[in-house]
Amino acid sequence: MGATDIIEVVDLEHTFGEVEAVRGISFAVKKGEIFSFLGPNGAGKSTTINILITLLPLQKGRVRVAGHDVARDPRKVREVIGIVFQDEVLDRDLTVWETMEFHGRIYGIPRDERRRRIDDLLAVVELDARRDERTKNLSGGMKRRLQIARGLLTRPEVLFLDEPTLGLDPQTRMRVWDYIRQVNEAGTTIFMTTHYMEEADMLSDRISIIDHGRIVISGTPDELKNTLGEDVVYLETDDDERAREVLLGVEDVRSVTRSPRGLSVTISADGSHCLPRIIDRVRGAGIGIVSVNLKKPTMDDVFVHYTGRELRDGGG
Amino acid sequence: MGWEFLTVYWREMIRFVRFRTQLFSSILQPALWMAFFGVAMSSSLGQFTSAIPVPAGVVQVDYLTFMAAGVIAMTTLFTSLYGGMSLLYDKNWGLMPEMLASPMPRTHIMLGVSLSGMTKSFIQAGIIMVFGLVLGVRFFHGFSAARIAFSVIGVFAFLGLFSLGFLLFSSNISMRLESPEGLQGIMTLISLPIFFVSNALYPVQAFPPFLQVLSAYNPLTHLVTGIRYFALGNDFFAVGARYAITTGDVLTSFAYLAVFAAVMYLLARRAFERAVVA
Repeated sequence: MGATDIIEVVDLEHTFGEVEAVRGISFAVKKGEIFSFLGPNGAGKSTTINILITLLPLQKGRVRVAGHDVARDPRKVREVIGIVFQDEVLDRDLTVWETMEFHGRIYGIPRDERRRRIDDLLAVVELDARRDERTKNLSGGMKRRLQIARGLLTRPEVLFLDEPTLGLDPQTRMRVWDYIRQVNEAGTTIFMTTHYMEEADMLSDRISIIDHGRIVISGTPDELKNTLGEDVVYLETDDDERAREVLLGVEDVRSVTRSPRGLSVTISADGSHCLPRIIDRVRGAGIGIVSVNLKKPTMDDVFVHYTGRELRDGGG
Repeated sequence: MGWEFLTVYWREMIRFVRFRTQLFSSILQPALWMAFFGVAMSSSLGQFTSAIPVPAGVVQVDYLTFMAAGVIAMTTLFTSLYGGMSLLYDKNWGLMPEMLASPMPRTHIMLGVSLSGMTKSFIQAGIIMVFGLVLGVRFFHGFSAARIAFSVIGVFAFLGLFSLGFLLFSSNISMRLESPEGLQGIMTLISLPIFFVSNALYPVQAFPPFLQVLSAYNPLTHLVTGIRYFALGNDFFAVGARYAITTGDVLTSFAYLAVFAAVMYLLARRAFERAVVA
């Protein structure tokens, strides 16, 4: 484990009675990165995050967060992390401001500092106009933003986000993504779980895919997608038959198949670098191009490849 | 030792004031007991017991005054037994994960909740006393101002220990349960024997020996003894029985409640320290 690792997990195992929720996983999160745990419901994501945030006792393995051992020094860990829970952890009858004030007080932030940070954060998540509103009157997106603001109140070294956009509409999700990026750019390490492929893909520096309590693969989103290889270019031209012959001579083109709607060109290298050459060669042969489309493998493809199935539904 | 429990207390009290129905029902319920049960029972019991001769030199206390102490005790018992309910709501729909994952020592959660429950009991007891005086309850009858002040402090000291004990008990059970419905069932089951096997509404002197022994170990009996000692005096006659309460008796009752609260504290602390989020 390197010196820049802010979370270190070694051989973590956890069982609930007969059920082995986590079956020996190891990973490290580097300081300053956004790290995602991707997996279907019931894969062991929540169990792992609950051990990391000291809500579940450590049974087997070793876990260090920000230099503190979760089993020996849970209180130290609690002091330096922020959490945005998956479920709605809000008191319906407290106001937005009271929710923040309560949090700041149980973490022992001095009054003036606390009040200043609350004002700042409510402005950042655009809830300052609602500070005296009870949380039960907030929309789903506002509630999530409030919980993100609360998680940041203590200026944590690591922010844990458990399914941060679960149940939100697409626009709200994108705003939440923006906040997550902002927080990360300000220097906070982010550990999040999600079962949305595109969310992990768009936000993360690195991803681990977990299934049946084991990590099946880890890497950057591009690395994961590149392990599948094979970008595909879809091409429509004035003369598909002649274009096919030209393309077969282009470097890195593995195969070209013709269909009534055009050509599918399978590429063995990075498609985005290969695409200009393909266009040059086809045009150079005097063939007009009608449309071009590049398709890279998605995280969905990666997920299906490594777990052998689509995302399951049901049971957290 | 930090002061975070005051934050938990602050939040509980905000909720208490905001839940208008809870606030009013908690105030109305004991008043209704006094107004209906008290007045009805005192008029019928008065007929039976008025024939019993009162020993010379002993103060006769009417039934309404006698049972007012019981109603205060009962209200405190019920309020305290259900005091853990807010923890169960927090576990299922509230801030429990936030509090458990915070660096605040977990004992502060139960202390804050218990102190707020105690405050609610004090408010209720104060209201019953004032309302009782309006109905004709003769608490502190013939006492000097200084003695009234001392007696009120005495009553609240007993109420404080008693409610703390049962609030911690309720908190302990709540932390081990999943749903508010479970607590409801358990507490109803527990509250009935505690209430009826006590001296709250009638003298225990007429109980069968087995129930008399049980009532002597019942914290409610000790609370009622304390309230009566301070509110009615140390020697009075009510419902056909003489009550001579010595200073030793009162100190014993107080010590009993203190031990009860201490044991409940230790048991609750274990439950809180082991609590996990499922």
